[in-house]
Amino acid sequence: MTTELFVQYLFAGITYGSIYAIVAIGFNIIYNTTGIINFAQGEFVMLGGMISISLLPFMPLPLAVALAVLITMVVGALIEIIFIRWLESPSVLRMIIITIGISILTREAALHVWGENIRALPYFVGNEITTIGVLGARISPQVLWVIGACGVMVVALHLFFKTTPVGREMRACAANRTAAILCGINPRNMVTLSFVLSAGMGALAGCVMSPITYTQYDIGTGLAIKGFTVAILGGLGNSGGAVAAGLLLGIIEAFSISVVPLAFKDAISIAILLIILFVRPHGIFGSAATARLKAF
Amino acid sequence: MNVNYKKGKFMKQMVSKVMMGAAALSLMLTPAAWAENIKVGAILAVTGPASFLGGPEARTLEMLVADINAKGGMNGKQVDLIIKDSAGNPEKAVSFAKQLIEEEKVLTIIGPSSSGETMQIKKIAEDGKTPLLSCAAAEVIVDPVASYVFKTPQKDSDAVKMIYKEMNKLGLVNVAVLADNTGFGKAGMEQLEKIAPEFGIKIVEKESYDTKDSDLTAPVAKIKANKDVQAIVNWSVAPAQSIVVKNIRQAGWNVPIFQSHGFGNIKFVEAAGAAAEGVIFPAGRLLIASDLPADNPQKGLLIQYKKNYEEKYKEGVSTFGGHAYDAFVILESAVKVGGNDRDKVRAAIEGLQNLPGTAGVFSFSAKDHNGLTIDAFQMMTVKDGKFVAYTGK
Repeated sequence: MTTELFVQYLFAGITYGSIYAIVAIGFNIIYNTTGIINFAQGEFVMLGGMISISLLPFMPLPLAVALAVLITMVVGALIEIIFIRWLESPSVLRMIIITIGISILTREAALHVWGENIRALPYFVGNEITTIGVLGARISPQVLWVIGACGVMVVALHLFFKTTPVGREMRACAANRTAAILCGINPRNMVTLSFVLSAGMGALAGCVMSPITYTQYDIGTGLAIKGFTVAILGGLGNSGGAVAAGLLLGIIEAFSISVVPLAFKDAISIAILLIILFVRPHGIFGSAATARLKAF
Repeated sequence: MNVNYKKGKFMKQMVSKVMMGAAALSLMLTPAAWAENIKVGAILAVTGPASFLGGPEARTLEMLVADINAKGGMNGKQVDLIIKDSAGNPEKAVSFAKQLIEEEKVLTIIGPSSSGETMQIKKIAEDGKTPLLSCAAAEVIVDPVASYVFKTPQKDSDAVKMIYKEMNKLGLVNVAVLADNTGFGKAGMEQLEKIAPEFGIKIVEKESYDTKDSDLTAPVAKIKANKDVQAIVNWSVAPAQSIVVKNIRQAGWNVPIFQSHGFGNIKFVEAAGAAAEGVIFPAGRLLIASDLPADNPQKGLLIQYKKNYEEKYKEGVSTFGGHAYDAFVILESAVKVGGNDRDKVRAAIEGLQNLPGTAGVFSFSAKDHNGLTIDAFQMMTVKDGKFVAYTGK
């Protein structure tokens, strides 16, 4: 394999990988505060893309993206307040069914609002055929936007959890809900906030990837499956693990094309998910001891 | 006073109950009043990955049915159109086909949109003795011929021949073939491989991708690494075909790209943006209607359809909507001869000769259930974001 081809595969892999990682981190944020998987995570990505595309005729691109992220955050908050907040200690199964329901509802609503057509934001820099050379390989500048935006989000999120009081409160709820209540933290607000955060992250990812991958009302499901695989692979609730696992899966998918036909790409990621669930259910980067203490 | 008030309320309730009953009765009665109407079923992928086909098809049929009913109907009978959204799912198509044939007792079925779905219901239409006018392109739909199954898009083998002919002219021999994994993509891949030796074309790379794939940089890199590749043939009906084109240009690769007649929706061009420039593909003449010579038998109808559709739906007309248009025109002509009877309509379709449609001029026979020849195609290309006739290098 030539260097050029290697770099080309690598960049393709990192692009898919960072999108998977963002979706997986969205899963993790909500998982940490509620203990459930929000299967509507992919829909936040779709909403971000769709809303920014609809806003674009009325305002410049950066504003449209910012507003789309804000609106999606509000949608995330509303979803939590309407469907989740009022439940008194619901079972894991019930919560999962609810999020699957929300996912279907959002998708169908999007179908009615935006129709079945594919849409896309324009390229942030240049157009469809602009390329830049990296070590002999050619890539679209938008790829750098995707990788950059995802990187910034991961770092910002890390700082938010480590340094801000609200971030610490959220971690407290994740660590021990009862103790957090005793310290005067309202865990319900933290759950709402976790939905807002993961909605915002998903929406921003949806905006930066839209020029490359297009946005359609039903892209959420596929992303959710990949994001879920990555979240499991990295260890549920472990955001650093999600980044590593996301990049790993993306790169495996990209390089797999040189060995097996393209049609097997999804089969590979699902196979990885199954193997991990059988062999290391707590993920590559998770710890078995912590996993045993969790309800799900 | 109090009693009177109560009585009044009671009366009101009585009245509303009677009204509801009457409404319910009238609902029950309506079908009887419609019994004389012509029932046309349609199974179209209005949503889902094939919605690029089914969307324009459904809108075209709705427009045509509204028009014809406003003008007094087909043969003086109003047309009832029942559109079922299969979402491109063959299993749904199968159950809708059974429902339309057995319960709704439709005169004919228009659709499905995709080749995979059509192949699943070919036998159901045949057993149910209901004419099926498919809007899908794969040749297997009408070869071997099933007596009740017709299709309106051009043959994919003819599309392949058009492309290879052009490659011969340009001196291109070694080609890479990419196709999506739908019935259309698979059938196209088979035809491309089968016909290649006839034209001295060598397929040196082949890949198939999923209709839901959102980035195909990696397979493009793989094909690009093969230095023998002189041209690409990209065979798909899904939005992913635009991504292929984009990824090829983003890889800084200026290779000639040929697409199938599945590229005939201006939205694919919009989706690929600047990358679509110079893509060469065979398609029906609908896309370049206004540039046609005045003596072309299709010109009047093409311009009329394009104008009506674009005014009504505020979106560019596509060849896919055209396939539904053709199905409806064929049905209309056949009903004039055969009336509201499945068998007579079937026989009437086989007898249709020189009927201009959007895909070409149809002449059916007992052996030819497509009715189109290679002349139905014209090579086209994309210039400044618009379809124009391809005039060679």
